[in-house]
Amino acid sequence: MDVREIFQRLEAKLGSVGLALAQPAAGDPSITVPAARLRDACRFLKSDPDLAFDYLRCVSGVDLKDRMESVYHLFSTQRSHGVVLKVVLDRGNPEVDSVEPVWKSANWFERESFDLLGIRYLGHSNLVRVMMPGDWVGHPLRKDYVEQEHYHGIPTTRPDPVGGEDA
Amino acid sequence: MSSDARVLTTRVDWLLNWGRWNSLWYLLFGTACCGIELMQTGGPRADVDRFGAVPRAVPRQSDLMIVAGAVTYKMAERVRLLYDQMPEPKYVIAMGSCANCGGLFTRSYSVVKGVDLVIPVDIYLPGCAPRPEALTDAILKIQKKIQSERWVAKRRPLLHGRA
Repeated sequence: MDVREIFQRLEAKLGSVGLALAQPAAGDPSITVPAARLRDACRFLKSDPDLAFDYLRCVSGVDLKDRMESVYHLFSTQRSHGVVLKVVLDRGNPEVDSVEPVWKSANWFERESFDLLGIRYLGHSNLVRVMMPGDWVGHPLRKDYVEQEHYHGIPTTRPDPVGGEDA
Repeated sequence: MSSDARVLTTRVDWLLNWGRWNSLWYLLFGTACCGIELMQTGGPRADVDRFGAVPRAVPRQSDLMIVAGAVTYKMAERVRLLYDQMPEPKYVIAMGSCANCGGLFTRSYSVVKGVDLVIPVDIYLPGCAPRPEALTDAILKIQKKIQSERWVAKRRPLLHGRA
Protein backbone atom coordinates (compact mmCIF):
# COMPACT_ATOMS: atom_id res chain seq x y z
CA MET A 1 0.00 0.00 0.00
CA ASP A 2 1.46 3.40 -0.88
CA VAL A 3 1.60 6.39 1.41
CA ARG A 4 -1.38 8.16 -0.21
CA GLU A 5 -3.67 5.23 0.51
CA ILE A 6 -2.36 4.94 4.07
CA PHE A 7 -3.01 8.64 4.51
CA GLN A 8 -6.58 8.29 3.25
CA ARG A 9 -7.26 5.44 5.66
CA LEU A 10 -5.86 7.49 8.51
CA GLU A 11 -7.91 10.49 7.47
CA ALA A 12 -11.09 8.42 7.36
CA LYS A 13 -10.38 7.16 10.87
CA LEU A 14 -9.14 10.30 12.63
CA GLY A 15 -10.63 13.13 10.57
CA SER A 16 -8.52 15.56 8.57
CA VAL A 17 -7.84 18.07 11.37
CA GLY A 18 -4.08 18.55 11.77
CA LEU A 19 -3.32 15.65 9.47
CA ALA A 20 -0.96 16.38 6.58
CA LEU A 21 0.81 14.41 3.91
CA ALA A 22 4.25 15.54 2.76
CA GLN A 23 5.86 14.06 -0.36
CA PRO A 24 9.19 15.80 -0.81
CA ALA A 25 11.17 15.27 -4.04
CA ALA A 26 13.99 13.72 -2.08
CA GLY A 27 13.55 11.48 0.94
CA ASP A 28 10.68 9.47 2.32
CA PRO A 29 7.10 10.79 2.23
CA SER A 30 5.70 11.40 5.68
CA ILE A 31 2.40 11.90 7.45
CA THR A 32 2.15 14.59 10.12
CA VAL A 33 -0.18 13.69 12.95
CA PRO A 34 -1.41 16.06 15.71
CA ALA A 35 0.37 15.19 18.96
CA ALA A 36 -2.90 14.62 20.82
CA ARG A 37 -4.00 11.95 18.34
CA LEU A 38 -0.69 10.14 17.98
CA ARG A 39 -1.47 7.12 20.11
CA ASP A 40 -4.89 6.67 18.48
CA ALA A 41 -3.26 6.83 15.06
CA CYS A 42 -0.63 4.28 16.05
CA ARG A 43 -3.19 1.90 17.55
CA PHE A 44 -5.18 2.08 14.33
CA LEU A 45 -2.13 1.59 12.10
CA LYS A 46 -1.15 -1.46 14.09
CA SER A 47 -4.55 -3.09 14.46
CA ASP A 48 -6.09 -2.48 11.02
CA PRO A 49 -5.65 -5.77 9.10
CA ASP A 50 -4.89 -4.01 5.77
CA LEU A 51 -2.25 -1.76 7.32
CA ALA A 52 -0.86 -4.12 10.01
CA PHE A 53 2.12 -2.03 11.08
CA ASP A 54 3.55 -4.58 13.48
CA TYR A 55 7.09 -3.24 13.57
CA LEU A 56 8.31 0.10 14.93
CA ARG A 57 11.69 0.52 13.28
CA CYS A 58 12.87 3.72 14.83
CA VAL A 59 11.80 6.72 16.88
CA SER A 60 13.95 9.78 16.34
CA GLY A 61 13.86 13.36 17.51
CA VAL A 62 14.71 16.46 15.50
CA ASP A 63 15.49 19.94 16.78
CA LEU A 64 14.49 22.44 14.10
CA LYS A 65 15.28 25.51 16.26
CA ASP A 66 11.70 26.87 16.14
CA ARG A 67 10.08 23.51 16.88
CA MET A 68 10.84 19.91 17.61
CA GLU A 69 9.72 16.81 15.84
CA SER A 70 9.36 13.24 16.92
CA VAL A 71 9.56 10.90 13.94
CA TYR A 72 8.31 7.31 13.79
CA HIS A 73 9.40 4.86 11.11
CA LEU A 74 6.89 2.04 10.85
CA PHE A 75 7.00 -1.15 8.84
CA SER A 76 4.60 -4.01 8.24
CA THR A 77 6.26 -7.40 8.03
CA GLN A 78 2.96 -8.88 6.83
CA ARG A 79 2.22 -6.36 4.08
CA SER A 80 5.81 -5.30 3.30
CA HIS A 81 5.02 -1.59 3.34
CA GLY A 82 6.29 1.24 5.47
CA VAL A 83 5.32 4.73 6.53
CA VAL A 84 6.85 7.67 8.37
CA LEU A 85 4.83 9.52 11.01
CA LYS A 86 5.81 12.93 12.31
CA VAL A 87 4.62 14.86 15.32
CA VAL A 88 5.42 18.56 15.69
CA LEU A 89 6.20 19.62 19.26
CA ASP A 90 6.52 22.90 21.11
CA ARG A 91 10.25 23.51 21.55
CA GLY A 92 9.81 25.11 24.99
CA ASN A 93 7.82 22.16 26.30
CA PRO A 94 8.28 19.13 24.07
CA GLU A 95 5.80 16.53 25.26
CA VAL A 96 4.00 13.76 23.45
CA ASP A 97 2.25 10.52 24.39
CA SER A 98 4.53 7.52 24.48
CA VAL A 99 3.81 4.79 21.94
CA GLU A 100 5.33 2.18 24.23
CA PRO A 101 1.85 0.75 25.03
CA VAL A 102 1.47 0.10 21.28
CA TRP A 103 4.96 -1.16 20.38
CA LYS A 104 7.18 -2.36 23.22
CA SER A 105 10.28 -1.51 21.18
CA ALA A 106 9.53 2.20 21.66
CA ASN A 107 10.94 1.92 25.17
CA TRP A 108 14.63 2.49 24.41
CA PHE A 109 13.99 4.63 21.30
CA GLU A 110 12.05 7.11 23.38
CA ARG A 111 14.59 7.02 26.17
CA GLU A 112 17.29 7.93 23.64
CA SER A 113 15.24 10.76 22.23
CA PHE A 114 14.58 12.00 25.77
CA ASP A 115 18.25 11.71 26.67
CA LEU A 116 19.65 13.60 23.68
CA LEU A 117 16.86 16.09 22.96
CA GLY A 118 14.78 16.29 26.12
CA ILE A 119 11.50 15.27 24.51
CA ARG A 120 9.24 13.92 27.27
CA TYR A 121 7.17 10.89 26.37
CA LEU A 122 4.11 10.80 28.61
CA GLY A 123 3.10 7.38 29.89
CA HIS A 124 6.53 5.86 29.29
CA SER A 125 7.30 3.12 31.82
CA ASN A 126 10.90 4.19 32.55
CA LEU A 127 11.83 7.53 31.03
CA VAL A 128 15.46 7.89 32.19
CA ARG A 129 18.66 8.57 30.28
CA VAL A 130 20.01 5.67 28.27
CA MET A 131 23.33 6.94 26.89
CA MET A 132 24.57 9.82 29.01
CA PRO A 133 25.18 9.37 32.76
CA GLY A 134 22.05 9.79 34.87
CA ASP A 135 23.22 13.07 36.42
CA TRP A 136 24.34 14.70 33.15
CA VAL A 137 23.18 18.28 32.68
CA GLY A 138 21.39 19.21 29.48
CA HIS A 139 20.47 17.39 26.29
CA PRO A 140 23.48 17.17 23.92
CA LEU A 141 21.71 17.21 20.54
CA ARG A 142 19.74 20.37 21.19
CA LYS A 143 20.92 23.19 18.94
CA ASP A 144 21.48 25.53 21.91
CA TYR A 145 23.28 22.91 24.02
CA VAL A 146 26.20 24.15 26.11
CA GLU A 147 28.38 21.40 27.53
CA GLN A 148 29.28 21.55 31.20
CA GLU A 149 32.99 22.20 31.86
CA HIS A 150 33.53 19.29 34.23
CA TYR A 151 31.82 16.02 34.89
CA HIS A 152 32.68 14.48 38.29
CA GLY A 153 36.06 16.22 38.18
CA ILE A 154 36.84 15.17 34.60
CA PRO A 155 37.38 18.15 32.28
CA THR A 156 35.22 17.94 29.15
CA THR A 157 37.79 19.76 27.01
CA ARG A 158 41.43 19.16 26.17
CA PRO A 159 43.88 21.90 25.15
CA ASP A 160 45.16 21.52 21.60
CA PRO A 161 48.95 20.97 21.81
CA VAL A 162 49.58 22.73 18.48
CA GLY A 163 47.54 25.78 19.33
CA GLY A 164 44.41 25.12 17.31
CA GLU A 165 40.89 25.31 18.56
CA ASP A 166 40.50 23.33 21.79
CA ALA A 167 38.59 20.10 21.49
CA MET B 1 79.38 -14.86 39.65
CA SER B 2 81.76 -16.34 42.15
CA SER B 3 84.87 -18.19 41.08
CA ASP B 4 83.47 -21.72 41.59
CA ALA B 5 80.38 -20.80 39.51
CA ARG B 6 77.81 -22.13 41.99
CA VAL B 7 76.73 -18.87 43.60
CA LEU B 8 74.87 -16.16 41.75
CA THR B 9 75.03 -12.67 43.14
CA THR B 10 72.79 -9.85 42.02
CA ARG B 11 71.05 -6.78 43.33
CA VAL B 12 67.72 -7.32 45.09
CA ASP B 13 66.29 -4.42 43.09
CA TRP B 14 67.27 -6.03 39.85
CA LEU B 15 65.97 -9.45 40.87
CA LEU B 16 62.59 -8.14 41.90
CA ASN B 17 62.34 -6.04 38.77
CA TRP B 18 63.31 -9.05 36.67
CA GLY B 19 60.36 -10.87 38.20
CA ARG B 20 58.04 -7.96 37.57
CA TRP B 21 58.94 -7.21 33.99
CA ASN B 22 58.66 -10.85 33.02
CA SER B 23 55.24 -11.33 34.58
CA LEU B 24 53.39 -8.27 33.38
CA TRP B 25 49.82 -9.44 33.80
CA TYR B 26 47.36 -7.18 32.07
CA LEU B 27 43.71 -6.67 32.82
CA LEU B 28 41.48 -8.25 30.20
CA PHE B 29 39.53 -5.10 29.53
CA GLY B 30 38.46 -3.49 26.27
CA THR B 31 36.27 -0.41 25.99
CA ALA B 32 35.81 -0.36 22.20
CA CYS B 33 37.18 -1.65 18.90
CA CYS B 34 40.85 -1.52 20.07
CA GLY B 35 39.78 -4.41 22.29
CA ILE B 36 39.73 -6.58 19.16
CA GLU B 37 43.39 -5.75 18.48
CA LEU B 38 44.11 -6.38 22.15
CA MET B 39 42.66 -9.88 21.78
CA GLN B 40 44.77 -10.38 18.66
CA THR B 41 47.85 -9.37 20.61
CA GLY B 42 47.12 -12.04 23.19
CA GLY B 43 46.45 -14.57 20.42
CA PRO B 44 48.87 -17.08 18.91
CA ARG B 45 50.32 -14.86 16.16
CA ALA B 46 51.48 -11.85 18.18
CA ASP B 47 51.61 -13.98 21.34
CA VAL B 48 52.62 -11.59 24.11
CA ASP B 49 52.62 -14.60 26.44
CA ARG B 50 56.24 -15.10 25.42
CA PHE B 51 57.07 -11.83 27.22
CA GLY B 52 55.24 -13.01 30.32
CA ALA B 53 52.23 -10.79 29.64
CA VAL B 54 49.07 -12.79 30.18
CA PRO B 55 45.50 -11.53 30.58
CA ARG B 56 43.86 -11.57 33.98
CA ALA B 57 40.13 -11.30 34.48
CA VAL B 58 40.42 -9.55 37.83
CA PRO B 59 41.96 -6.11 38.48
CA ARG B 60 43.29 -7.27 41.85
CA GLN B 61 45.66 -9.67 40.08
CA SER B 62 46.73 -7.26 37.35
CA ASP B 63 49.85 -5.14 36.99
CA LEU B 64 48.95 -3.42 33.75
CA MET B 65 45.80 -1.83 32.46
CA ILE B 66 45.49 -1.47 28.69
CA VAL B 67 42.73 1.03 28.04
CA ALA B 68 41.67 -0.27 24.66
CA GLY B 69 39.28 2.17 23.03
CA ALA B 70 37.09 5.20 23.58
CA VAL B 71 36.09 5.86 27.18
CA THR B 72 32.71 7.48 27.71
CA TYR B 73 31.91 9.61 30.75
CA LYS B 74 29.66 6.81 31.94
CA MET B 75 32.50 4.30 31.58
CA ALA B 76 35.13 6.65 33.05
CA GLU B 77 33.82 6.03 36.55
CA ARG B 78 34.20 2.28 36.02
CA VAL B 79 37.70 2.67 34.54
CA ARG B 80 38.68 4.63 37.63
CA LEU B 81 37.17 1.96 39.89
CA LEU B 82 39.06 -0.84 38.13
CA TYR B 83 42.28 1.15 38.26
CA ASP B 84 41.83 1.78 41.98
CA GLN B 85 41.36 -1.93 42.59
CA MET B 86 44.71 -2.81 40.99
CA PRO B 87 47.58 -3.22 43.46
CA GLU B 88 50.66 -0.97 43.27
CA PRO B 89 52.89 -0.85 41.37
CA LYS B 90 50.60 -0.54 38.38
CA TYR B 91 50.98 0.68 34.83
CA VAL B 92 48.61 2.01 32.19
CA ILE B 93 48.81 1.92 28.40
CA ALA B 94 46.39 4.25 26.62
CA MET B 95 45.79 2.26 23.46
CA GLY B 96 44.61 4.04 20.33
CA SER B 97 43.71 7.62 19.48
CA CYS B 98 40.46 7.61 21.44
CA ALA B 99 42.12 6.64 24.71
CA ASN B 100 44.93 9.13 24.01
CA CYS B 101 42.91 12.26 23.33
CA GLY B 102 39.38 11.38 22.27
CA GLY B 103 40.50 10.67 18.71
CA LEU B 104 37.64 10.42 16.29
CA PHE B 105 35.24 11.44 19.05
CA THR B 106 37.06 14.62 20.03
CA ARG B 107 33.96 16.74 19.27
CA SER B 108 31.62 14.26 20.86
CA TYR B 109 29.51 15.01 23.92
CA SER B 110 29.84 11.56 25.46
CA VAL B 111 33.51 10.58 25.12
CA VAL B 112 36.25 11.60 27.56
CA LYS B 113 39.00 13.59 25.77
CA GLY B 114 41.75 11.23 26.75
CA VAL B 115 41.85 8.66 29.52
CA ASP B 116 44.74 10.55 31.15
CA LEU B 117 42.07 12.96 32.44
CA VAL B 118 40.80 10.07 34.56
CA ILE B 119 43.82 7.90 35.44
CA PRO B 120 47.61 8.43 35.07
CA VAL B 121 49.01 7.00 31.82
CA ASP B 122 52.51 5.54 31.30
CA ILE B 123 52.53 4.85 27.57
CA TYR B 124 50.50 6.58 24.88
CA LEU B 125 50.11 4.23 21.95
CA PRO B 126 48.90 6.00 18.79
CA GLY B 127 46.93 4.32 16.03
CA CYS B 128 43.38 3.64 15.01
CA ALA B 129 43.52 0.86 15.93
CA PRO B 130 47.21 0.10 16.66
CA ARG B 131 48.39 -3.19 15.20
CA PRO B 132 49.34 -6.04 17.57
CA GLU B 133 53.01 -5.32 16.80
CA ALA B 134 52.53 -1.78 18.12
CA LEU B 135 50.90 -3.00 21.31
CA THR B 136 53.68 -5.55 21.77
CA ASP B 137 56.16 -2.70 21.47
CA ALA B 138 54.23 -0.72 24.07
CA ILE B 139 54.39 -3.66 26.46
CA LEU B 140 58.16 -3.92 25.85
CA LYS B 141 58.46 -0.21 26.64
CA ILE B 142 56.62 -0.78 29.93
CA GLN B 143 59.18 -3.54 30.62
CA LYS B 144 61.99 -1.05 29.91
CA LYS B 145 60.39 1.36 32.32
CA ILE B 146 60.19 -1.30 35.05
CA GLN B 147 63.87 -2.13 34.52
CA SER B 148 64.82 1.42 35.38
CA GLU B 149 62.72 1.58 38.56
CA ARG B 150 63.66 1.05 42.19
CA TRP B 151 61.51 -1.54 43.95
CA VAL B 152 59.80 0.85 46.29
CA ALA B 153 56.05 1.10 46.11
CA LYS B 154 55.50 4.55 44.73
CA ARG B 155 52.18 6.21 44.98
CA ARG B 156 50.89 8.01 41.93
CA PRO B 157 50.06 11.70 42.23
CA LEU B 158 46.39 12.46 42.72
CA LEU B 159 44.46 13.51 39.67
CA HIS B 160 41.86 16.22 40.04
CA GLY B 161 42.04 15.84 43.81
CA ARG B 162 40.81 12.26 43.70
CA ALA B 163 42.70 9.36 45.30
